[in-house]
Amino acid sequence: MATALKKKWIWLLWLMLNLVLGSYYAWGLIKEEKSLYLPGETTSGHYQIELACDACHGETFAGTDALQKACVKCHGAELKEVDDSHPKSKFTDPRNADRTAILDARTCLTCHKEHAPQSTHTMGVTLPDDFCAYCHSKIEKDRPSHKGMAFDTCANAGCHNFHDNKALYEDFLVKHMDEPETFETAQIPQRNFMVFYEDYSKRKDLSIAPLAKSDAKFPGTVSVAAEIIDQWATTSHAKRGVNCEACHKGAEPNTPVAAWSDKPSELTCKSCHELELTGFYAGKHGMRLAQMLPPMQVSEARQIMNTEETHDALSCSSCHGAHEYSTQTAAVDSCMNCHKDDHTLAYKKSKHFELLQQELNGRVQQGSGVSCATCHLPRVQQKHKGIERIVVQHNQNRNLRPNEKMIREVCMNCHGLGFSIDALADPKLIANNFQGKPGKHIESIQMAKIREIEQAKKKALEKQNQ
Amino acid sequence: MKFTPFKAQLAALALTSSALAVVMSGCSNSTASTGISPQVMADSLHAVMAADRTVYTKKVVNRLVKEDKVIKASEHWQDDKALPLPAQMFRFGAELVAEKGAPFSYSLLSLWPINKQNAPKTDAEKEGLEYIKDNPGENFYKEEVLGGTKYFTAVYPDPAVAPACVDCHNDHKDTPKSDFKIGDIMGGVVIRIPLS
Repeated sequence: MATALKKKWIWLLWLMLNLVLGSYYAWGLIKEEKSLYLPGETTSGHYQIELACDACHGETFAGTDALQKACVKCHGAELKEVDDSHPKSKFTDPRNADRTAILDARTCLTCHKEHAPQSTHTMGVTLPDDFCAYCHSKIEKDRPSHKGMAFDTCANAGCHNFHDNKALYEDFLVKHMDEPETFETAQIPQRNFMVFYEDYSKRKDLSIAPLAKSDAKFPGTVSVAAEIIDQWATTSHAKRGVNCEACHKGAEPNTPVAAWSDKPSELTCKSCHELELTGFYAGKHGMRLAQMLPPMQVSEARQIMNTEETHDALSCSSCHGAHEYSTQTAAVDSCMNCHKDDHTLAYKKSKHFELLQQELNGRVQQGSGVSCATCHLPRVQQKHKGIERIVVQHNQNRNLRPNEKMIREVCMNCHGLGFSIDALADPKLIANNFQGKPGKHIESIQMAKIREIEQAKKKALEKQNQ
Repeated sequence: MKFTPFKAQLAALALTSSALAVVMSGCSNSTASTGISPQVMADSLHAVMAADRTVYTKKVVNRLVKEDKVIKASEHWQDDKALPLPAQMFRFGAELVAEKGAPFSYSLLSLWPINKQNAPKTDAEKEGLEYIKDNPGENFYKEEVLGGTKYFTAVYPDPAVAPACVDCHNDHKDTPKSDFKIGDIMGGVVIRIPLS
């Protein structure tokens, strides 16, 4: 009798337990926030959007193909742009079937698994460090200089990357082998937004005549502080005829054109700053907004940040100011308000900052100073609607990892290739914001130079014998 | 039943449609039943590839680089603001075809490759490139199994058609052969069609 009662209790307990567990997970399905279902910590590249499950998995969790499509949707264009050294077509080619059997890089997921913190290391790679050796273990046959090099040194020694080798390929090293540490003509490119805006304003029939404070146009029902008008009057917006209503009555999706908006979103900026917004959405400042998630807040970042500085919405105006729209503020002060890592804190002691101060004081020519944005939001050449533009790349993560991506479009505006490679290979120098000389020397240029000489000698001998 | 002109027209239309449907389905059946052999398909693909490759080499690269001397051709054509080399042009096409998911694949290989990745690798490639070198004017066909899939593999001779080909290959620092002449077989186009 007592045993039967005990059995009943066990069954009842089992039932209750199931009900509680079932209800708990069912609630997770119903509520909007899905963190309950995250199978493991997400990588630094994706953690901001980890709650937009369908951004990677698709609406139906359709499997590997859907995941691969999602990878390509966000990262495909950039891989094409950098002339990916290991494109998918290399691994779908039947003649490489033996290699694909070892490393199936037809899909990104082979090397970059998500929600796998225990095996994730630099650049979101989840394979052991010796993956280059899977296919290139016999490299010394073609390159005797590589004999005896450790299996993990290909990608870790500043010489090669799996995807982006635009600043590291042999002929590029040879072409730039004798460059000085710093060029006499060191200068960063100048933006040419007006090349675009003059054309745009003509097409849209907009006046670009400068506006004064008295020209500020806003509805009588809206109260505007004098300070705001003062700020606006100093901006490029006012100088190029962009009045209050251009932004506050901008046509946002689902908003009547004529409606006044007190706080226009970043979509308003898009009509004139489309390229900038595309970059912003792709980087860590805007990727949440791109996925229709609430904007990123400083306190949620994984980097070392100023936790007291919490933005209500990380949007264009967070860095540029709501009405100042200062590119100068956005290039240094806005960054330093939030970022508090060693590299950022050391910036104001650096030669780069000193040059910027000299430029702002008119002691050196324009383009000589180096701000945070010079390196992290660089001015890049882009063709836009048939116009060659120098535009600020607002995806500040684009050239960060591997950091050799920064060499061509940033460092080499002012520094020689060899110096740039060495500087970026020295973590201590990066941490103190480049105060001093590189403590590391990467041999790649020297190796390429020696090979160039040897091959030329061989060639000359062959010609002689013919 | 009264047979009005309208009904007659309708009947005629129906008859014509049926006849057309029969003819069309007959055509389609006949195509399906006849099919084309892997060799005919490979030969046809190669005819197009070889024609495009020759046109690009002779009428674009050789003319602009060697004759009119208005632009360079360079392996680093983006950095050098130059024309892509004919071998790159061919590879870019092959990569786009692969990206589109076409079932066949093709590549340009050589016994004397500048880029070592383009040396023969599979047994059929090795045998095929030797065969077209030793038997001028002939193609090579073989079946091979790669990664568990059976392929019809065809190897076609790729001759030097213009001075641009021989000069560039003979002078390149990484070439294993420096005495190519116009008309020499410099390599082979390999086309693979899956059979299963």
